Amino acid sequence: MSLALVTAIGVLFAVGAYLLLQRNLTRVLVGLGMLAHGVNLMLLNASARLGSAPLVDGREGPVSDPLPQALILTAIVIAFAVTAFLLALAVRTWAATSDDFVEDDFEDRRIASASSGEQS
Amino acid sequence: MSGQWLPLLVAVPLLGAAISAVAHRRLFVQRAIAVTSVTAVFVISLLALAEANAGTPLSARIGGWPEGVGISLFVDGMSGLMLSVATLVGLAVLLYSMSQLGRDVLDWWFHPKYLALTAGVALSLSTTDLFNLFVGFELTLIASYTLLTVRSGTRQVRSTISYVVVNLVASVLFLVAIAFAYAASGTLEMGQIAAVLRTESPGLLPVLSALTIVVFGIKSALFPLFMWLPDSYPTAPSPVTALFAGLLTKVGVYAIYRTQTTMFDADQPLLLAVASATMFFGVLGALAQRDVKRILSFHIVSQIGYMIMGLGLLTLAGLTAGLAYMVNHIIVKTGLFLVAGEIEAEVGGSDLDAGSGLVRKRPWLAAAFALFGLSLAGVPPLGGFVVKFALIQESLTTDQFGVAAVAILVSLLTLFSMMKIWTGVFWGDQVGDGPGARRGMRLVTGSMALLSLAVALFARPLFDVASNAAQTLLAAATGGG
Repeated sequence: MSLALVTAIGVLFAVGAYLLLQRNLTRVLVGLGMLAHGVNLMLLNASARLGSAPLVDGREGPVSDPLPQALILTAIVIAFAVTAFLLALAVRTWAATSDDFVEDDFEDRRIASASSGEQS
Repeated sequence: MSGQWLPLLVAVPLLGAAISAVAHRRLFVQRAIAVTSVTAVFVISLLALAEANAGTPLSARIGGWPEGVGISLFVDGMSGLMLSVATLVGLAVLLYSMSQLGRDVLDWWFHPKYLALTAGVALSLSTTDLFNLFVGFELTLIASYTLLTVRSGTRQVRSTISYVVVNLVASVLFLVAIAFAYAASGTLEMGQIAAVLRTESPGLLPVLSALTIVVFGIKSALFPLFMWLPDSYPTAPSPVTALFAGLLTKVGVYAIYRTQTTMFDADQPLLLAVASATMFFGVLGALAQRDVKRILSFHIVSQIGYMIMGLGLLTLAGLTAGLAYMVNHIIVKTGLFLVAGEIEAEVGGSDLDAGSGLVRKRPWLAAAFALFGLSLAGVPPLGGFVVKFALIQESLTTDQFGVAAVAILVSLLTLFSMMKIWTGVFWGDQVGDGPGARRGMRLVTGSMALLSLAVALFARPLFDVASNAAQTLLAAATGGG
């Protein structure tokens, strides 16, 4: 386990969490990307014999654990697909409202205003 | 039947999705493929359930790789039971959707998405490998994201965004748990992870247990992580909501059952507290709503609490009742959303103010709603009563009086909000002017009502199967993995 890798994971998670709390969809998207990268590094960090040579046919000596690499590839593909879909949604929101601001739930606001109206 | 057939559970719907995507302009072909694939999965699930019930759970390793390296599938009693019910209900929703979706340009892609969702659910329910579970979840979720936006108005897009973001955060946490588990144990097989961790680093077990409860708690809408559900589900077309209500959150509950028994020593006070809070706050949310689909969505949350209560009791009878509850709930909840779809078709909206007087216009629909609604609340002699009674009885036997009291109180509140729908939509004389429900929709809703009656009539065999499944789970829990 290397200190640089662990620091990078920490920074990526912190930045990702901060961006995720924003109301603009583009920032949320970038935040999710950061989190996905952070977790990919975590998976890499979980492999045995970190830093050894890659697994290639016929190679001598210790090789690095290939399983986390396979997991990371899968995770990257999934994150890619979902990011593309979210981008499409962002475009749709922008086309409808000229903004990428994520609104509150309409129905929630209706019920909240109805109950505060009854009290006053 | 042997284990070699298990990969078909996932392969058939995936292949079907590919073919129906190619044939996206031929609706008839798409429908034929979808019905055939889902029926095939249903038959395989039933056969696997029969085998597992006879004491020989099936397993398969894809490509013949050794354990721990290759993808392995495993169907025991709980998987088989869930798979069978899920695909049966999925088939019903598919037939129902034929009368509603697939009629305009936007819906060309409905069938491929639907089949991809089925494949994801089947993979999630038939694997013991943490990463495969992740892939199964993601496949299900990506299909569900696109199904939510079948009709992509501003509302759907807005609610889908929050749904996607919340679920992505859960997925990231899931990967974190996987990374921890793999780093500590060097394997991804749930049973092996538990075995290695118990001897080598038992301190990590509570951490992983908490992480997985949060992850699956988000996916199955447990208190306090349920806010995304009533926000997103009601905006989709009714068949889609019915499918989600029946299947998606229940896959999350299944994952909690599986991980808490196979991998961890379940934290009983925590589970019971979460179960009580989920039941109570879910039903409180439902009471405040004025829209049929939103009321029903909050009830999904409330009902999840009962299932977790069954797990929290941690006894054979408790787990059995929890599993039977899930079976009954999948049927009843899907049925209720099918009724909601018909209400929408009849009065032109799902708001309680949209129209009324349906009891005169559609008496049989009113009867079906009464059947589902009373079963959800747990009124004898319906299926909901049988499973709820078993659950509460076991909680009293094990001296968990607090959770039993909450369960009874929530039943009353459930009955109250069902009455709200009844008085709002079925009574009255101001009949709405919707296009009316097609005959296909009526037939499917009627069949679901009969199916929910069957749960009560055949409660004994259902409880026998559930008891066998629970026994396997408990054996995994006490056997140290």
